Amino acid sequence: MEEMIVAEGLHKRFGDTRALRGLDLRVPAGTVCGVLGPNGAGKTTAVRILATLSDPDSGHARIAGHDVVREADRVRGLIGLAGQYAAVDEKLTGRDNLRMFGRLHHLSRAAARRRADELLERFGLAAAADRLVSGYSGGMRRRLDLIASLIVRPRVLFLDEPTTGLDPRSRGEIWDAVRALAGDGTTVLLTTQYLEEADRLADDIAVVDHGRVIATGAPDALKATIGDRLDVVLEDPALGDRAAAVLSALAGAAAEAEEDRLSVAVRGGRVRLADVVRELDRAGVAAADVALRRPTLDEVFLRLTDETPKEAAR
Amino acid sequence: MTALSPAPLATPATRLRWAVADGLTLVGRELGRIRREPGQLIAALIFPAFMVLLFGYVFGSAIKVPGGGNYREYLMPGLFTMVTFTSVMAVTLNVATDAANGVMDRFRSMPMARSAVPFGQTGADALLGVLNMVIMAGAGLVVGWRPHHGVVATLQAFLLLAALRYALSWVGCYLGLVVKNERTADQLIPLVFPVTMISNAYVPTDGMPAWMRVVADWNPVSAATAACRDLFGNPGVPAADASWPLAHPVAAVLLWTVVLLAVFVPLSIRTYGRRGR
Repeated sequence: MEEMIVAEGLHKRFGDTRALRGLDLRVPAGTVCGVLGPNGAGKTTAVRILATLSDPDSGHARIAGHDVVREADRVRGLIGLAGQYAAVDEKLTGRDNLRMFGRLHHLSRAAARRRADELLERFGLAAAADRLVSGYSGGMRRRLDLIASLIVRPRVLFLDEPTTGLDPRSRGEIWDAVRALAGDGTTVLLTTQYLEEADRLADDIAVVDHGRVIATGAPDALKATIGDRLDVVLEDPALGDRAAAVLSALAGAAAEAEEDRLSVAVRGGRVRLADVVRELDRAGVAAADVALRRPTLDEVFLRLTDETPKEAAR
Repeated sequence: MTALSPAPLATPATRLRWAVADGLTLVGRELGRIRREPGQLIAALIFPAFMVLLFGYVFGSAIKVPGGGNYREYLMPGLFTMVTFTSVMAVTLNVATDAANGVMDRFRSMPMARSAVPFGQTGADALLGVLNMVIMAGAGLVVGWRPHHGVVATLQAFLLLAALRYALSWVGCYLGLVVKNERTADQLIPLVFPVTMISNAYVPTDGMPAWMRVVADWNPVSAATAACRDLFGNPGVPAADASWPLAHPVAAVLLWTVVLLAVFVPLSIRTYGRRGR
């Protein structure tokens, strides 16, 4: 498959801070890549380099085969960028903003007007189109910012934490918009701190920590790397030790106890619920609830970022 | 979705045309902002007219013009100059706001000419400057100020001020690109006052301490004020043995204009185009 975004060994430092420490990334055309990482992991720096706003100290990056440093103009014609700060003019109306960006993309006056109307309609901003952006809600601003990056349909769309600070409903609206774009074949690179967001939108996830990609894969594949979890709620917390011994023996891993709850990691397919219930019963432990569940991406994330050597932070 | 494909790479001629078109689009943007929020414009225009009344009648009641004459006739060239210098801060604020809220990053990520944004910002200020001058001149005429040397000299004075203002707006553009945040830009605004005050704009420099008088004489505000007094035929024209910028005020203002443009146009465009953060 054609690779739309390629980053190889990107390094970037700001004074004493090493924002990127050899970041590698490959995003196939037409997919949504979720770049997941905590604050300060280097997500925004990576996006700024890929979007030609910043030069890497070393390493290379290409968009659709064009180098982001040497062929920056070419790249700028292929990309759209929307971010955590709504990059629109607050002192203009929504419609004026879109027309201006249309003109700056060298559409004719008529085409810029048509395109603005079309996008406002499609993304539910038509009613607010003639109000000043300074009076928009956070969600509306972010949506306007997103559509401002779609005036000329980009081959690659960068979304830098597009829903940070939004309420759940506005977040849902941005998600719908991103899904619609991905459906049109746009390659999307989305950075986020929200695991749920990456889980719902991304075909592939790159987990970034301390300026490096520490894991990649489809959301399900990443979850599978740490296995399922077996959760047991006891009727009598006093029997916790006995129950923990049973669970540890079954799962082959140490069970963690918290009040009347026990939890243990299990490798895929190794434990059956019926066995758990039977073994607990045999040990004389009554369980109020027994459940086998997939880990959340949060758990995967915490596990992965926890494993990154601490001294790497320096 | 309409299949609008990205624009192909262009020839140098097309790129130049686009650069001009982009600059004009951004000038249009400023005008659009004014249309949506006329209150700000009105405030910006009324302020200078208010200054005419305030300075003209408060200071005018106490200050004696060297060589005699009406203080308000003496004052108007100074106020024209002061308003010209405020463009530095106006442009600084606009550019810093764009840099702070991310609009500038969007411009940078688009296939636009690197020079379009600085040219757009300074071009819009130039239009505002023309409007400012018209209002000021109107207020001046009301309080008794008159140009005495005919249409040509009067136009020359206003053209000189317009050129200086345009050069100063590039200083503002550069400052805005450097401070990159509205709050810092806001705090810089009061600095324009000492720059305009330590000059011959409102009072004769004769009475100032010697060191301050040197600063005032070489202040471009003084040269611009002296040039206007000269061309309008208003009182307070410096004696021929004054320091060079005051003895040759028109040449001094033109020199300032050329030097500021030569330094700050390339500096601004380079700073805008620099990719670092």
